[in-house]
Order: sequence, then C-alpha cells, then structure tokens
Amino acid sequence: MNKVAVVGYSDTKFSSDDIPIESSMFAAVKLLFEQTPNLAQNDIDAVLTSTNDNKKYLSPIVSEMSGITPKISHNVENLCNSGTNATVSAFSYIASGLADVALVVGAERFDSPGQVLQWDDSRGEFKHPIFWASMFTKAHKRKFGTTDEHLAYVSAKNHRNALDNPTAYSPKKYTVEEIMNSKKLTDDLRLLDCSRPCTGSSAILLASEKTAKKFTDIPVLISGIGQKTTSASFTKNDLTSIESTRLAAHDAFLMSKTSPEKIDVAEIHDAFTICELMVLEDLGFTQKGKAGQFVLDLYNTNNKKINPRGGLIGAGHPLGATGIAQISEITRQLQGKSGKKQTENPKIGLVQNMSAAATSSTVLILES
Amino acid sequence: MSIFEAELKNGRFVIPECPKCQKVIWPPNESCTQCFGNTVWRTVNDPGILVEYSSKDGKMFCIAEFENSIRIMGALYCDKTPIIGQKIKISSCGFDKSPKFTFTQE
Repeated sequence: MNKVAVVGYSDTKFSSDDIPIESSMFAAVKLLFEQTPNLAQNDIDAVLTSTNDNKKYLSPIVSEMSGITPKISHNVENLCNSGTNATVSAFSYIASGLADVALVVGAERFDSPGQVLQWDDSRGEFKHPIFWASMFTKAHKRKFGTTDEHLAYVSAKNHRNALDNPTAYSPKKYTVEEIMNSKKLTDDLRLLDCSRPCTGSSAILLASEKTAKKFTDIPVLISGIGQKTTSASFTKNDLTSIESTRLAAHDAFLMSKTSPEKIDVAEIHDAFTICELMVLEDLGFTQKGKAGQFVLDLYNTNNKKINPRGGLIGAGHPLGATGIAQISEITRQLQGKSGKKQTENPKIGLVQNMSAAATSSTVLILES
Repeated sequence: MSIFEAELKNGRFVIPECPKCQKVIWPPNESCTQCFGNTVWRTVNDPGILVEYSSKDGKMFCIAEFENSIRIMGALYCDKTPIIGQKIKISSCGFDKSPKFTFTQE
C-alpha cells in the first residue's frame, strides 16, 4: 500500500454569502493552486467533491472550471462527515496505485439540505439537531454531573481560538457568563452551545509519498484511518457515549501504531458543546465524565491543543467543507505554519468528524 | 407512503416483525434486516418506559422505549416531574410529514 500525504490546502472565508456551490468550490481550488508550488492541472489524477448540496455532477463541473481532466471524478455525500469520507476515498485511490495525486474539495451553502435527516422516523417530529443534542446533554448531565458551566467553557474556548482564524465565521470573544445567558433554545441548550451552518469551502491536495516532495518540503502523512457507522437513526445511540467515534478511533490508533496520549493537536467535531465533551472522552483523551474539567484546564491555561481553529462552534459548520477544513488545519499545525493558532511543536495530530447525531464517525491520524 | 406512515395517519402505531427471525425491525422497514424476508405488522405493546427528556418553550419532548428495543421521540405531557425509567403510555399518534407521538405518565 502506497503511503499518502497531505501536500497542499486552502480555506475560503466562512460566511453567510449566497453564492452557487460550484463557485464556492472553485474559489477553494483556485486558492489551493495559488498556494501550492509546482502544481499543474495535469498533475491531478482524481478530483473528489464533498457536499450535501442538491446540484449534480459537481466534480466534473469543478474539474472543467479548473482546467483539470481527471481519471477519477465523483462527489461524496455523508452529511456532516462528507469531507473526511471524500478524503478517505482519495487516500484509497492513491494507496492502491489507481491515482498518484488527488484533489479533494468540499463546500456547503448556509441553506444546505444536509442539516436535517428527514429519513429518521425514530426522531418523530423532533428532527432538528437541537433535539438529539438536548438528549445527549441531559443524559450526560444526569450520569456524570456535567454542568451548564462545563458546556459554556467549550464554547468560550472555541470562540476564543477562532479569533486567530482569519476564515472563521464567528470570531468573537464571549465570556462564560455571556454564553450561559445567551438565548435559551431548549432546557439544556443555549444559542452559543451550537455551531452554525454557513457558506464556505476548503480543499486539500493528497499525493503519494514518492510525489509529495514535488509540492512541499513538509508533507504530512496520513498514518491512521478509522471509520465506523453504527446506524442511521439517532435513537439507537447510547446517550452518554459516541460508539461510532470510539470504534473509529480504535482502528485509527491501531493503524498508526499510536495512542491518545501521543496526540499533540486535534480538530474534533463540536457541532454542539456536549459533542466536544463526549468526543474527548470517547477518543480516550480523558476518562468518561471528566471532559468538563479537561476543557476547563485548557481554557484556563490558554492551551489550543483541542480545536485550535475554533472548532465548528467558532469557525462555522459548512457541512461538506468541515472535515476538509479540519484536515487543512492539522496539516498546517504539523508543518508549523498555523500562525497565531500554532501549538507548540506538534508531531502527531488527529481529526475527528461525524454525522447524523453521531451515528457515523471518521478519525484520521496525521504525522509530520 | 410506507405501511408505518399510513397506519400512523390512521392513529395506529404498528411495528414490523420478521416471522422467521422473530425479531422486531426498528426503524420500521418492510424487510427483515437479518434475512431480508418480508415483515408482518402488529401493534406495539404499550406502555413503554421513559429514557430521557428535555423541553423547549415549556413543552417537554422525550425518548420513549417499547419492548426493550423500539425507541422513538415524542411530546411528553406530565402531571408530576418525570422520572427516568418510569412507565409511559402513548396518548396519541399520527403522521403529518413526520411521525407525531404524545406520551403521558401511566
């Protein structure tokens, strides 16, 4: 199996702009070409797009707009973890030898149809994500004594981190008190506990190890991949644990021969504040029920190890772009090129991206 | 419209069961997830138990579990403070673009 590296990346400004999805994707591709030395259109063997938008044939369209005639081109949709799913597909093409260089570009519009899974009848009339997130939150509070203050520190940390992210949708500093007094959406969730859908795009360039040095002096290897889908319906979930993440992480750590304590920096899927706490626990970064204190310590020490770009809560959540933006950030971190967001000399990074009430998860391990 | 949705529209909460595997299929499907054979439909055994609840704008919503396997979300109407694990019964069900359930304490 060929080794695969991330050798280029780009992120557009996340916004509320009303622009066509193909234009948003093209903007990220154009930026990636501008930022990647020695990259020409005929280098690219595969183009994978990632979005929940209803438009068709997007990969060939974006390829044509960009002057690329790839061997392989298709779209990947898997709700909120479409981006990492597209990346795993691109990885597989390169690892198998079917492609040598692959472009992955993800985008979403603020009005994406991917925000609610209409199919899931087990949610009854309560289909909006705030309802499953409220169930997770209440159950975690009940079992582990998690408080509204614990949740507010997740939001405060990620909004603060987003201040140093020039592409973030919500780069605004909030105090814990402001978060705890923000608009009450349900008994267990407030407005600032939630990530927000937005318009945005991100792209990454993957290459085989032998070709990687053509595009960068610091290729970042994808050394571990884990993916797991436990169901599509929310109500099969254990309400205090994300099994799909736990199983995906196990596989990713096994493949990369590493472990949670060796991870220097991570981008994780904080669609809601409770998600960050549960994911930290299920990745093995902390014991079950201890993530609230873990985040409080990160906040008090201004440690950017978790969600340095601001997570989904601070950076925004353009579904199809999110997983790719997470990979883009971890690559930048491992290259020491993350500017004000930079953590101290990281060697191993992790990306965790999930979809549909945490029923499907992807975990990637990246190494410099 | 599926059998599940059509029956709900008539106020009946029916669930599919595989006669061969003797297994309830949930979320509802017309084929068994194990043997792919056709399922048969029957009414659910009421009452269920309260798994979790919260509220929005003063109105409670919850996850209810029936027959140790079927979990569904619905509105919850209570005279007393709900207790996790307590028995709850279906007071109404229907279908209007999505399933609608209301539960009450037994």
